Formats: sequence, C-alpha cells, structure tokens
Amino acid sequence: MPNVLAFAEARGGELRKVALEAVTAARQVADQVGGEVHAVLVGPAGVAAKAATLAQYGADVVLVAEHAGFANYAPETTAALVADRVKGGDYRAVIFSASQQGKDLAPRTAARLGCAIATDVTSFSVGGDAVIVTHPGYTGKVVQTLKLVGTPVVLSLRPGSVSPAAKAGAGRTEQVAADPSGARVQVTETILGDSKKLDLGEAPIIISGGRGLKAAEHFKLVEDLAAAFGNAAVGATRAVTDEGWRPHSDQIGQTGRLVSPELYVAVGISGAIQHLAGMRTSKCIVAINKDKEAPIFKVADYGIVGDVFEVVPALTAAVQQARQSSH
Amino acid sequence: MKIAVCIKRVPEMDVNFKIAASGKGVDEAGLKWDMSDFDGYAVEAALQLTEKLGAGEVHVISLGGDVVQETLRKALSMGAAKAVQLKCDAVPYDAFAIAAALAAELKAGGYDLIMFGKMSIDGANGVTQFVVAELLGLPLVHACSKLEIAGGKGTARREIEGGGELVAFPLPAVVSIDEGIARPRYPSLKGIMAAKKKPLEVRPAQLGEVRLTVEKMELPPARAAGRIIGEGAGAVPELVKLLQTEAKVL
Repeated sequence: MPNVLAFAEARGGELRKVALEAVTAARQVADQVGGEVHAVLVGPAGVAAKAATLAQYGADVVLVAEHAGFANYAPETTAALVADRVKGGDYRAVIFSASQQGKDLAPRTAARLGCAIATDVTSFSVGGDAVIVTHPGYTGKVVQTLKLVGTPVVLSLRPGSVSPAAKAGAGRTEQVAADPSGARVQVTETILGDSKKLDLGEAPIIISGGRGLKAAEHFKLVEDLAAAFGNAAVGATRAVTDEGWRPHSDQIGQTGRLVSPELYVAVGISGAIQHLAGMRTSKCIVAINKDKEAPIFKVADYGIVGDVFEVVPALTAAVQQARQSSH
Repeated sequence: MKIAVCIKRVPEMDVNFKIAASGKGVDEAGLKWDMSDFDGYAVEAALQLTEKLGAGEVHVISLGGDVVQETLRKALSMGAAKAVQLKCDAVPYDAFAIAAALAAELKAGGYDLIMFGKMSIDGANGVTQFVVAELLGLPLVHACSKLEIAGGKGTARREIEGGGELVAFPLPAVVSIDEGIARPRYPSLKGIMAAKKKPLEVRPAQLGEVRLTVEKMELPPARAAGRIIGEGAGAVPELVKLLQTEAKVL
C-alpha cells in the first residue's frame, strides 16, 4: 500500500497551524489510496512531545528528528531527511504547506527526489496515474488545473486551503538521526517580531492602509482599528511599503502577500489592480476612501465614502463598543 | 565576481486576462511583455554587487523563442555584459524541463553566483532555481530580501511569517531574490545604445523531461459588484450592523 508523507512544520519547538493542515490533507489522500500517514517532525530536543497532536489529526507514524541545531530552520538537512525517507519507502505523495518555510523545503525536496511538484496548491485529487491540482497563477488572476505524472509527487498546499480536522491515527513514533551542523546553508538567527502580532497569512481579519493615510504616523489609526477587532493583522499597499511607512513584509498585492481573510478593511486604498490581486479573494471587503470613484469600491461588499481621519476613529470606537456589549 | 541571472519574459500583470481558445493559457492578444518582476530585482541586485565590488560582470540567460531577445536586451541596457538565449519554441511549464536546459548552460560558466527571481510572476511556482542548484550540486538560498557577499561567502535575510531568518552560505551558490532588495533601474539612453553592441548568443535549449502540464486555465469566480452604504462617520453604525448581522464577522 502506498503511504503519504506529511511535513509537520514546527517553529521554536511548537507546531504551526499549517502542520495540522498538511497532516489533515495527507490523511485524506491516505484514506483514498489505502495507505498510512507518516508525519515528519523536526525540532530541538523536546519537539517529540508534539507527536501526540499529529496523531490526533491522523498521523499513523511520526518520524521525529531532534537536534539542538533544529532550533533554527535547517533547509538542507531537513530536505535530505525527508527525501531519504521517501526514497526508502513506498509513498504516493509528499505534502508540505506553502508557508514561507514550505516554499523553500518542498521544491528542495522535489529537486533531490527528481519528482514532479506542484506548489501553492488550492485543491487536489489523487488518481491512479496522475495527480490533478489547482494552482493560482498570474497574480491570482487565473486558476490553473495542473497534472502531475510519476510517483511520488510533491505538493505544497496554500495555507488555509485545508481545514485541520481531527481523525485519530495510530501515532507510533520513530526517532530519526539527523545533524544539521555540517550543512552548507546555515540559518544563523531567527528574528521574530512581536509574538502577539498575528501574521497576515493567518489572521482572520486584516486592516490595511494605503497612501490615503498620508504619513507613516497615521498608521496608528489602522493599528487602533486592528486592536479594536482584537484578532486582526495590519497590512499595507505597495505605495506605502515603497515609501518606507511599513516594512516590505506587510505588503499585500501582486508581488507581496496574497491573502484571503474573513474580513479585509481597506483604509485609504484606491484599489490599484496590483493591490486587488493580493486581496480580492477575501470573504468580506470593507473600503473607506474619500474618492467615490476609487476602484476599491467596485470589489467592496461595504463602502463608506469619507475622510479616513474621521471615519476610521468612529469605526474603531463602534467596534470596541460592539465587542464589549457582546461579551 | 561572475554572476549569471536567469530571467523570464512574462506579460505585464496590470490587466484583466482573458483565457485563450485552447483553454490552457491566457489570450496573448494586446498583452505587453516585460521581465518578470522578481527577475528584475535579481538583475538589479547582481549589478549592484559587481558595482560595489568594482569587479566582475553579469550575464543574463533566458529560455524561449526569439521574442525573449527583447527582454535580454533590456537587461543588457541596464548593465549586464552578455546575454544568452536558450532557444525553444514554447517554454515548458515543468521547472525540471527548464532547469535541465539552464543547468547545461550554467555548468561550464564558472559563475560565483547564479541568481533568479524567487518565482515567475505568471507561473508562480518558484521551483526552477532549486532544480538548477541540485543539478549543479550548489548550495541555494531562496527568497533573499537582503544579500551581501564578502570574502567568498554570502549572507542573506529571508522573510518568514512574523519575522526573518539570517542565512550564511559559501560561494559558488544559487540565490533567488525577493522583493525589497532593490528597485530595478531604468535603462539609460546610453545603456540602450551600448546594449546594441553587447553579445547576445543563441543556443538550442536542451530541455528535460516534462511531468507537470497545464490541463486547463480558468478565470476565478467574479466578485459581486460592490455597494456604497453611506458617506462619512454617519455611515459607521450601518456598517457595524452589517458586519454583525449580514457578514457575521463581528
């Protein structure tokens, strides 16, 4: 029976949500092909304690590699570890998240294996001869259906495209020996910002600011609104990151992050086609802009025409009040 | 310092695409074409490295029909010294097929650094550089938003969710470039004139096996037309009510 390998991404010894997405997807494929789910868990000493969680989401075997050197991401050693396991076994598919780490690790592994890979996959189906997936291209303006032949195949799944679903697996653990200290490429430091700050790819709500805010200090309005919602991240347009008002990592759009939160609030954003490419798949879009002809209003579920310096503080106060009264 | 930059010619993205009659690609009528965004950053970063070191040169390589010569000439006009077209009728979708041709060209080039954009803006896969690095046996650092080279070693920063990673690696190496590293320069008139005299070599592309193909291309479902619910702060209560009762996000 062919098995399915899932890479369970951990950071600082903690599982990331995308790890559960990868294991859930692997479980779906394994149930279809009649095989087992094998999850790879890499981290510093103690990460093995997370194997139980992976078993709850369907892992039959958890392959644990612990080493102090895995405190940082170890690209070469991790890819070699996964590829060696796949070469030594019978696997139909190897599943990663298309997280920032997965965008590095999945192609690295496929290159070592010399097998077909599809990245940033939004849906998949595994057949006898081929794997069919969908993959957004042209900055999200088209959806491509791709066919991968050969066995195994490597897939990286767009974060959020699979919802983690509990389904108990056997959860046997196996230790795997690996030492990243001799690798050519070394991550020397992992710099994390405010750990309470939600990432754009994971936040259910995004409040995003554009040139209409006029100056870097006015982003406080956006941050205050995000704080009022409580579970919101702050994004920006390219014009804003090019001005240096916000870091490049905050940029949402064609060449930046592609996001699809439950709620996207566009503050002082005109809605250039490059920006829309990054957020048009959001479930609900709110736009606040003084120009009623701004293209953002064409995609916004709810638009308010007005001065952001007047509307946003009023909205912040109203959201605070709404959340207080609902508690 | 000898640097190769692999570049791709892609349609400009600031349009609403139509699907071609084949159902497997975009309708190319009326599209404007240019260097893929991230490849432009890579060319700029490569030029800045050789300028900073005061030594070395940048070569650019592209795969495709004769139309890619226009894109290669643009890189030459920005300051690259030499261009190579790996000629083929159609660029395959599978990164393995492309990487085989690139690696065959790069193998004997004696490059200290081989650079790519982190992904093409049309295919959006970000795989080719990994296969090239594997075929050449070189270390690779993907999606560098900062890059420094000194004493035969490189250091880079990669963006991750909520932070960054600092990476050290030896040369020669393959690196792919993320946004934020450098805005590509506009070719000067002098650069454009000089580019006409720079070498542009054409060789047949030695493509590899294809196991990944596009079966279908579609437009994503359209969004319903937007609606404006009011003007000024007076519209805020109505918005909050809709977010609670209709969108159910509050």
